Amino acid sequence: MPYTLTPDTGITPNADNIDYIKDHIDTGDRWVLNFGPQHPATHTTLRLVLELDGERIARCTPHIGYLHSGFEKLAEHLDYNQYVTIVSRMNYLSPISNNICWHGGVEKLFGIEITNRCKVLRTIMAELGRIQDHLLCVGAAALDLGAFTGFLYAFNPREKIHDILDYISGQRFHPDWTRVGGIMKEIPDEEVFKRMVKNFLHADLEQAIQDLENLVNRNRIFMDRTQGVGILTHDEAIDFGATGPIARGSGVKRDLRKDEPYLCYADNWDGEGAEAVKFSVPICHDGDVYARFLVRLEELKQSISIIDQLIDNIPQGSADVFVDEKITKPNKNEVYGSIEGLIQHFELIMTNRGWDAPIGETYLAHETANGELGYYTVADGTKCSWRVKTRPPSFYNFSMAAKLIEGHMLADIVAVIGSLNIVAGELDR
Amino acid sequence: MSNPSALEHPTFKRVKAAFGSAKLQATEFRGQATLIVEPKDLHAIMKFLRDDEECQFNFLADVVGVDYLDYPSKMPGRFAVVYNLCAYSRDDRFFVRVYLDPSIPTEGIEEDPALFVDSVCDLWNSAEWPERELFDMFGIRFANHPDLRRIMLWKEYPAHPLRKDYPLRGRGERESYRVVDRTSS
Repeated sequence: MPYTLTPDTGITPNADNIDYIKDHIDTGDRWVLNFGPQHPATHTTLRLVLELDGERIARCTPHIGYLHSGFEKLAEHLDYNQYVTIVSRMNYLSPISNNICWHGGVEKLFGIEITNRCKVLRTIMAELGRIQDHLLCVGAAALDLGAFTGFLYAFNPREKIHDILDYISGQRFHPDWTRVGGIMKEIPDEEVFKRMVKNFLHADLEQAIQDLENLVNRNRIFMDRTQGVGILTHDEAIDFGATGPIARGSGVKRDLRKDEPYLCYADNWDGEGAEAVKFSVPICHDGDVYARFLVRLEELKQSISIIDQLIDNIPQGSADVFVDEKITKPNKNEVYGSIEGLIQHFELIMTNRGWDAPIGETYLAHETANGELGYYTVADGTKCSWRVKTRPPSFYNFSMAAKLIEGHMLADIVAVIGSLNIVAGELDR
Repeated sequence: MSNPSALEHPTFKRVKAAFGSAKLQATEFRGQATLIVEPKDLHAIMKFLRDDEECQFNFLADVVGVDYLDYPSKMPGRFAVVYNLCAYSRDDRFFVRVYLDPSIPTEGIEEDPALFVDSVCDLWNSAEWPERELFDMFGIRFANHPDLRRIMLWKEYPAHPLRKDYPLRGRGERESYRVVDRTSS
């Protein structure tokens, strides 16, 4: 059973468009190959059943669900703060972006406006999350095609991001750093934090991007393997729900940071007329694997510039919204030092208490490294959400993998899948 | 849900003008516009929303399923399917929702003729996988879907787990899963 192609609906998706296959269709000399779910080149647990004609892929059927863990069921039983630990585990390449988006969605639902300091800190960390994700993706793009050195160039600086996450939240991989209306805890020492971020950006990251560009960008082998492979046109990208660098690699002008601005990407984010951070959105029109790679590299540089604009201008004050609003947990000094703080702490922590959520539904999407990540939250007035639907970018980006792969050679699969940057944690949830 | 007289989104008027005879309801919450339609009108209205020159919702961002069993607020149906539409030309979002009521008990995976919606895969290809996920998790079937299989769970899984009458820890599927050893395989 594992080696059958289901269903037998009589549909051969898109095969008619490819001239080579048209002549060879139903000649009876195809055979079926199972790719994954445990294969180093898939990076995560995903499986493709391929129907091969020689070494060319005539038909590809993706199967997902090997990492399905019932995250959305858990969301109905964990409160608005607890669920942040689960969203961290969805996109484990840039968990901090998921944290920020999830609590952004909860704050939209509750109608809370977070403080300026919190906005700046979240924007900085969201960009670090983007860098973290893109570094893995561009490095792995090189690795999949045999350039192990390129992978190491990109992978080493990620370690510094983990150090920064460790410093601000106490965890390297799953920071779970945001809370409703604020952040988990104040940054221990802001000067140290600034120094770590600046050092990382200008000492490590710029060098890594430079090294990677020198090694890969004009590399004849890399270009031959990626140019013209896995082409997605502008209209198809929109039709298939592609977002993020994959859509922008196909010429779609869409970036939620510009189009539905939030945090410091919006004008007047501090309520006193501050301008939005300045950056440009790279677009490539080729739509192939190489274009996606170039878009990601350029986004890395834009992220550096965004953080540079903010890192020296972090507003002072509290990162949490005011305790009077009874949304955030008071800090420990207040809990132990004042009766109001103690009461407020227990009001949020005790199992029969919690937030007075509205009865309603909201959707909030952020532009994360892979594209539009959104949370559709249904609240029922209790401290747990009624239902949270994640809109994971990988889910939509992977749904067209079959279309991109069909007609190519077997060896091109790794190039295409690498360029889509599938994260099974959010793909399967 | 807000006062119907305060509805501002221009798409409401546009749809109302085109589908005067259809039963439509509209709500707004936190600036988010939702149009509630009957399941039988869904496909025509979605096609209108995509093709009309003032609507131009060219991007289907997501399809969401919600189970309102014992929801504190009164809802028009047990299940809701919510379509999250986006118009790139105007940076506009719009939500369309249908309600469905089951006609048979919802514990199992039998096909329920009442839980059927027209698929919108022919309008947006991006609907294919989320509709499969909805079928997998809620047991809502989509008519004219090109490939309606379960997506996360295996075919024989005895429940649709995101329904509210399915317990968090399951019904013992994990403990009583059939073990295949060397002699019986």
